[in-house]
Amino acid sequence: MKVLLVLPVLVPMATAALALLFFRRERIQRALGLLGSLVELGVGVALLRAVVRGGIQSTQLGGWPSPYGITFVVDLFSALMVLLAGTIAVATSIYSVSDIDRERRAHGFYPLMHVLLMGTNGVFVTGDLFNLYVWFEVTLIASFVLLVLGNERPQMQGAIKYVAMNLISSALFLTGVGILYGSVHALNMADLSLKVPTLSAPIRTTLAMIFLVAFGIKAAVFPLFFWLPDSYHTPPVTVTALFAGLLTKVGVYALVRVFTLVFVSDGESTHALLLGIAAFTMAVGVLGAVSQREVRRILAFHSVSQVGYMVMGLGLFTSSSLAGAIFFVLHHAIIKSNLFLISGLMRPDGKDVRLDFQGGLLSRSPGLSACFLVTALSLAGLPPLSGFWAKLILVRSGLEVGSRGAAAVVATSLAVGLVTLISMTKIWNEAFWKPAPPEAELAPRPRVSRPRALLYVPVVLMTALGVTIGMAPEPLLEIVRRAAAQLADPTEYVRAVLGDARP
Amino acid sequence: MTLLLAIVVGALYASGLFLMLRRSIVKLAFGLVLLGHGTNLLILTAGGVVRGRPPLIPKGGAPLDAPPADPVAQALILTAIVISFAVVAFAIVLLHRVHRTMGSDDIDSLESTRP
Repeated sequence: MKVLLVLPVLVPMATAALALLFFRRERIQRALGLLGSLVELGVGVALLRAVVRGGIQSTQLGGWPSPYGITFVVDLFSALMVLLAGTIAVATSIYSVSDIDRERRAHGFYPLMHVLLMGTNGVFVTGDLFNLYVWFEVTLIASFVLLVLGNERPQMQGAIKYVAMNLISSALFLTGVGILYGSVHALNMADLSLKVPTLSAPIRTTLAMIFLVAFGIKAAVFPLFFWLPDSYHTPPVTVTALFAGLLTKVGVYALVRVFTLVFVSDGESTHALLLGIAAFTMAVGVLGAVSQREVRRILAFHSVSQVGYMVMGLGLFTSSSLAGAIFFVLHHAIIKSNLFLISGLMRPDGKDVRLDFQGGLLSRSPGLSACFLVTALSLAGLPPLSGFWAKLILVRSGLEVGSRGAAAVVATSLAVGLVTLISMTKIWNEAFWKPAPPEAELAPRPRVSRPRALLYVPVVLMTALGVTIGMAPEPLLEIVRRAAAQLADPTEYVRAVLGDARP
Repeated sequence: MTLLLAIVVGALYASGLFLMLRRSIVKLAFGLVLLGHGTNLLILTAGGVVRGRPPLIPKGGAPLDAPPADPVAQALILTAIVISFAVVAFAIVLLHRVHRTMGSDDIDSLESTRP
């Protein structure tokens, strides 16, 4: 039972280690990568089942009692995130078989991908703030290398911004951890949730702001997002899809965890600030997307915009808005990584697509067009697709809160949804609908063309998954509501970690 | 002592961030290093600086009456140092690569390569 909690970290670690053993045997690496992802998906399912049945699970590594030992704790939110990581891992592993070129595979793409998964899963299951930092760094190092793997010139520019911003964020995070430890002598998050409210208000607010900036950089919220659009469109599609699905979610996860568990006592001011950030993130991201001319840059700016919705759910801070945020995270990870996967199929060599040189995809590949249409409409939030439910919950809970700020954010979110639809229509019109321009025929055909059949498998699967969530959202909504209830009232979390002796 | 350390920490953060805001990628690397050191020193300071009292109790000995040096802060720093070594090593390799590809150490020269 307790081993199950460690498996989300152990499985990718073992996969990465085995893949390293077979460093020169590409076929074995590929098989291992896929197998590891499938096992991880299984672990996610098992974990979710265990938590749905038995409540929040926790375990102490090394056998030290809880505020001192290293805690692994899985509530419904964590379990859903681990399951999500498994899903995206499977989809990207299948896609990578034909998308990742020989050189990148030879330089250790598969070990790196699984180290990245190990890091994100570690973030999801750890119950200790310092370990959260360590897992963040594991994720970071893996993502750094994945980002520059292949050594192409445009990758460098994005990589420098990404590395610099994320290292500043890590330093800030560690600063926050240091000050927090200095003032309450605790790092276990359940313990912190009891001790931080006893701190004096100025220190508490300072700490909250440090963590807000540190995690805000990772999540790419409003004033801190500039590294994301520059770095997300340069690496191969598989990597971008993996990043878009998981990496920003890690930042959002940390924000949600810390601001529902540790810094809640002066919720009024911090959560109002979060609401403001959410509104600006949504608006600025989508306006950036409108101004772009390349598919993947548009999608990257949309990622920024959608993070705003997740932060909005956190900022409203009611049980139902948290449910909206979690649902949005799940929906967005699936939809956005699928959109990136599709963008990789829009050109034979999988490079980023300048919209002016595109056209005629609708007649050339109707299946791909259908997948894109459904997924893009879901991103924009049209009923009955998954984005609609995510936004519906958020808008409803915003109206229930009823304050002026909440109303403003709701209005922003609706307007942003409209603009999202417009910019998705732009991609549709230019790349799919309009006839292929004559320049496209003049341009030299890319020499590298990949076996494409396998690339369609994850796209179709993910589209089907997105549509299923949209058509039958009830089972997922039910779990998400329970997850949000656990976040809104951390008593059960604290009891699961610290035992029955504490309140 | 704590005051002195606090000033040093502040100076390290300030100079680290200042260097990171410069256009040269070499200064970016140095900024990262200074920022990392500042953070480690901050954790040490925040954990409470105590001279000469190891947190060890001999077998059967009495509990320490005065507060001992905090071992957790030192353990945290140890981990953080290892991590920052790895990260800085990666950053230096990356910057070296960038310098080789671009033939310049000016960050602004990267912008011109935009498609």
